[in-house]
Amino acid sequence: MISLTVNGTEHSVDVSSDMRLLWVLRDILGLTGTKFGCGMSVCGACTVHLDGEPVRSCVMPVSIAAGKKITTIEGLSTDGSHPLQRAWIAHQVPQCGYCQTGMIMSAAALLKKKPQPTDTDINEAVTNICRCGTYTRIRAAIHTAAEKSGSNNGMKG
Amino acid sequence: MQQMSRRLFLLRSAAVGGGLLLEVTLPKSAVAEAEQASTQAETSPEVTAWVLIRPDDTIIIRVARVEMGQGNFTGLPMLVAEELACDWSKVQAEYASTSEHLRRNRIFRTMLTGGSRSIRDSQEYLRTAGAAARLMLTTAAARRWSVPVTECVAENSLITHTPTQRQLSFGAVAAEAATLDIPEDPPLKDPAAWTLLGQPAERFDIPDKVTGKTAFAIDTRLPGMVYAAIAQCPVFGGSLKSVDAEKIAGMRGVVKVVPLEDAVVVVAKESWWNAQQAIRTLPIEWDFGSHAHVSSDSILEFLREGIRLEKAPVSRQEGDIDSAFASAATTIEADYYAPYLEHATMEPQNCTALYTDKRVDVWAPAQNSEATAAVTAETADVPVSRVEVHKVHLGGGFGRRGLHIEFVRQAVRIAKTMPGTPVQLIWSREEDIQHGRYRPVALVRMRAALNAAGEPTAWTVRQAEQSIFSEVRPHLIRDGVDIVGVRTFADAPYAFPNMHMEYAMRNTHVPPGPWRAVAHTHNPFFRESFIDELAHAAGQDPYQFRRALLQGSQASKDLAILDAVAEAAGWNSPLPEGVYRGIAVQDSYGSYTAAVIEASVSGTGELTIHRVVVGIDCGYVANPDSVRAQLEGSVVYGLTAALYGEITIKEGRVEQSNFHDYRMMRIAEMPTVEVILKPTGGFWGGVGEPGMAPLAPALCNALFAATGKRIRSLPLKNHALRPA
Repeated sequence: MISLTVNGTEHSVDVSSDMRLLWVLRDILGLTGTKFGCGMSVCGACTVHLDGEPVRSCVMPVSIAAGKKITTIEGLSTDGSHPLQRAWIAHQVPQCGYCQTGMIMSAAALLKKKPQPTDTDINEAVTNICRCGTYTRIRAAIHTAAEKSGSNNGMKG
Repeated sequence: MQQMSRRLFLLRSAAVGGGLLLEVTLPKSAVAEAEQASTQAETSPEVTAWVLIRPDDTIIIRVARVEMGQGNFTGLPMLVAEELACDWSKVQAEYASTSEHLRRNRIFRTMLTGGSRSIRDSQEYLRTAGAAARLMLTTAAARRWSVPVTECVAENSLITHTPTQRQLSFGAVAAEAATLDIPEDPPLKDPAAWTLLGQPAERFDIPDKVTGKTAFAIDTRLPGMVYAAIAQCPVFGGSLKSVDAEKIAGMRGVVKVVPLEDAVVVVAKESWWNAQQAIRTLPIEWDFGSHAHVSSDSILEFLREGIRLEKAPVSRQEGDIDSAFASAATTIEADYYAPYLEHATMEPQNCTALYTDKRVDVWAPAQNSEATAAVTAETADVPVSRVEVHKVHLGGGFGRRGLHIEFVRQAVRIAKTMPGTPVQLIWSREEDIQHGRYRPVALVRMRAALNAAGEPTAWTVRQAEQSIFSEVRPHLIRDGVDIVGVRTFADAPYAFPNMHMEYAMRNTHVPPGPWRAVAHTHNPFFRESFIDELAHAAGQDPYQFRRALLQGSQASKDLAILDAVAEAAGWNSPLPEGVYRGIAVQDSYGSYTAAVIEASVSGTGELTIHRVVVGIDCGYVANPDSVRAQLEGSVVYGLTAALYGEITIKEGRVEQSNFHDYRMMRIAEMPTVEVILKPTGGFWGGVGEPGMAPLAPALCNALFAATGKRIRSLPLKNHALRPA
């Protein structure tokens, strides 16, 4: 049995220790907002936070995540009210939407570290692949979310 | 017997050899049987098949096509709502049921999504459906008041009796309206009176896409569901020889191994991870068949033979090229090449199927749920009336999952071996890249003649290309010419007085498929690059050279969008040192597009794309923000292909396997993108694909300006660039 804390809830899962975190989230815990895209840490559709750090869950053995705080898109906000989620709607970012939860998780980790990221910061932090080509709107939405966060009570992402 | 004949019918019409028809017509007997099986559980009053109105005034508009990122889940309801005169804030979109569609004699027309057709092909019947429903609601209110219907007006979900100012809401009269006959020819609004169409609308599907709530097919979760991983024969056309299932018998979760003709499947409990781990260690022997010697080089030589053939089927003939070339002052000849490309939808191919003795349920990312139902019925060997295809948003489509849904066939076959247990088949990304339906390879030789004044007088084209449609749509082959494959050339708007074009079909064992924009991906690269060559040979500005060739009424819309984009880009304005412009124009899918790209090449050969200005005239616009988004997306999809896109073949199989060696553009590489919308009205053009056409040539033309090197094959990663 492996103990996991996902979105603030403790889970005990009976899986092999090398099972990748992505599949534990999707198939064992039913958290399907985290997506399978490549299985080799290249596309970022599976991005979640491990103790606040963005990780690609498709290559991460679940044993490494044990005892750490895991946040998935389902835990980013309870009602879609995270500044990034609001900005994503304001800019009408998603097209097919499949990669967007991973994009938002990458961007959310960036905003925690750098509440006012530059374009270069975004380029370095958001390396996820979007096949529909929503990058221009993603960049704009991240800047909008950063502005909103900055103007509200200095909240950090 | 009836069942058998239907099955044979479906076999013939829908599913031979893995290729599907876009349209599936059911025999009357099937419809009758389906009607008997129907259980009408509708809770909302259905005013017409497209429009349901609840007593609380909620309006549900059904969508028959599928959302795969292009915005039609919102744009299609806008067409209905405009004529319905309803309160848009109370509208919800809902997928039309596939089984209901079949039960009711294809009442939703078509469930196909492809060819940039959703809006343009359904706009008339959807606007008519909205107008009919409005008339029915108005009539119902008039009857309630016992007044002439001509004294009543519907607006914003309210019907007003004008003389007395009495009002009834749509919800209050919907049940009565639903009992009225549906008017066949209700008058439609003048486009000048539209209030919804042409205005940006927020998309219905976006809020759930930012929270992870949207359930794509791959997110289907059913009690007791098992997972399936697949390995398909690496060489196309090969088959499974043997598999040693014993070797994985003890692995975690493994339920069983299912051998298919050209693939093997491992079914496992608990997680797809278990199935995938097991199949990776499963000893498999393949019979690679007769194509294991084929390589990209041998395919290129096969294409060259097509160029060398003395004669090939003619796709266009105008004037007399021989005398034009005989009197030419300058003759230009060039060969161009484009490689195979894979779609790489972000959601890999997958399908969840549940087979029971009563019915078969399927969840799949398919672009045509009607064809999916037919394939499911045929594969499961059940009447189509016992099939339900659950419609879901697609994690990308781009043409991959319209004609070819072999993953549905596979999942249904597995499910049939375990009745009552839902099975979720997922292809790994490697399976997805290596078992695609590829944008075909193409080699083209073009020649042109210029007279002493630098005016073009003749143009010849010999295409040596693989045909996408020769097997799946033989009616699109006319006298040896794939009529889709020759578009861009055979329908070019340029006024060469003499033209001769030929098409040599060169089909290989690599399975082709419609890739976003189909022929309008590679052919515009060939044509618009070559036109650029002619402009430079004539010593003329490439924009002005095109203008001169785009005279006459047939070319007026191409010319207008070219002008609009050139103006927006500031074609004649000075650029920073080292930055150069390229331009291209193309009509496709009933729309007109042009692009100007600014690019530079550094001293070390590094290419930077600084700015893309891309414009479209698609006639009328439903949701302008969706049009913008499609063009922005086309820039990425098109430039990714131009920069990196290449599927190569070695020993009969695809060499690339995942995003590390089939590279995609990322945010750091994004140029500034400016979308110019110039809708001129009067027609409905497509939007999802046309934006692709002018990108590669505009970029390569900019690179010629920057380096003096003419790029005649893609992708650009294979070329060493140096500033001029």
